[in-house]
Amino acid sequence: MPHDHSDHDHDHPHALLPPEPALRVKALETILTAKGLVDPAALDAIIDTYESKIGPRNGAHVVARAWSDPGFRTALLQDATAVVAELGYYGRQGEHMVAVENTPDTHNMVVCTLCSCYPWPLLGIPPGWYKSDAYRARAVREPRAVLADFGVVLPADTAVRVWDSTAEVRYLVIPQRPSGTDGMDEAALMDLVTRDSMIGTGLARTP
Amino acid sequence: MTAAETKAPDPVFHAPWHAQVFALTVHLNEAGHFAWPDWAARFGATLARHGLERELDGGDDYFAAWLETLEEILDTAGVAAPGDVAEVKQAWERAYLGTPHGAPVRLPD
Repeated sequence: MPHDHSDHDHDHPHALLPPEPALRVKALETILTAKGLVDPAALDAIIDTYESKIGPRNGAHVVARAWSDPGFRTALLQDATAVVAELGYYGRQGEHMVAVENTPDTHNMVVCTLCSCYPWPLLGIPPGWYKSDAYRARAVREPRAVLADFGVVLPADTAVRVWDSTAEVRYLVIPQRPSGTDGMDEAALMDLVTRDSMIGTGLARTP
Repeated sequence: MTAAETKAPDPVFHAPWHAQVFALTVHLNEAGHFAWPDWAARFGATLARHGLERELDGGDDYFAAWLETLEEILDTAGVAAPGDVAEVKQAWERAYLGTPHGAPVRLPD
């Protein structure tokens, strides 16, 4: 399609004009390509990677492995960057990954108060709410109220720990393994691990 | 803020230009034109500035701040001056308006 989405669907004599910021992006791309600084094929490859290859399934794989394999879990909590790299998940921006484990005593949740730092290799591109001012401000100030908005109500004696991501350090929450999952294999466990449970704004599904 | 936990996954990018400006930035970072922590610091500053005027919802406004940050970085680096960007943008606009609907849009050589 030669044009972007639009609210108009009547016939146009000419190509639909993309929105103003889209034209600014096209201008940058044109200038950078002409200067040899950008390869349009590389841009397409990056978009394809993030649209179809990288997403929360990667993180769910890591969590399900941690639930199934105590040695992996220990190594993950000690040095997540190295362990997930062995599974083929690399931080392309050179960031370190840290896994934080939920327990009956402590619930972890992740925010980026600066902008929207997020473990891309494990969870893909963050959802809109993660990038909103509301979440970024409230997650630190009133995490239990935010959790309630997500339908998560924790026991009063469970501490909530909020981790503020940076460009250098990204966090992955290891949710608690639901009861009734003894004997389930890694593939079945993966289906219980939601994106939100790995940000800490949700819990793993129960089978 | 909603706790969307539906089966259908959210689209990763809600508009094509969100994906394009994201990819441009990642590509330039990976090619060594700027370090990611520097990007994050500048982007965070833009978001903070925009957030003073109104509450950002993390959608179009988020990528508007992203684009503005990238334009600033490229201007400072002497790679793409605002005047040049405006000129090429106008050329694209003319190309869209002068191309029959359904035909591929290209800049004149």
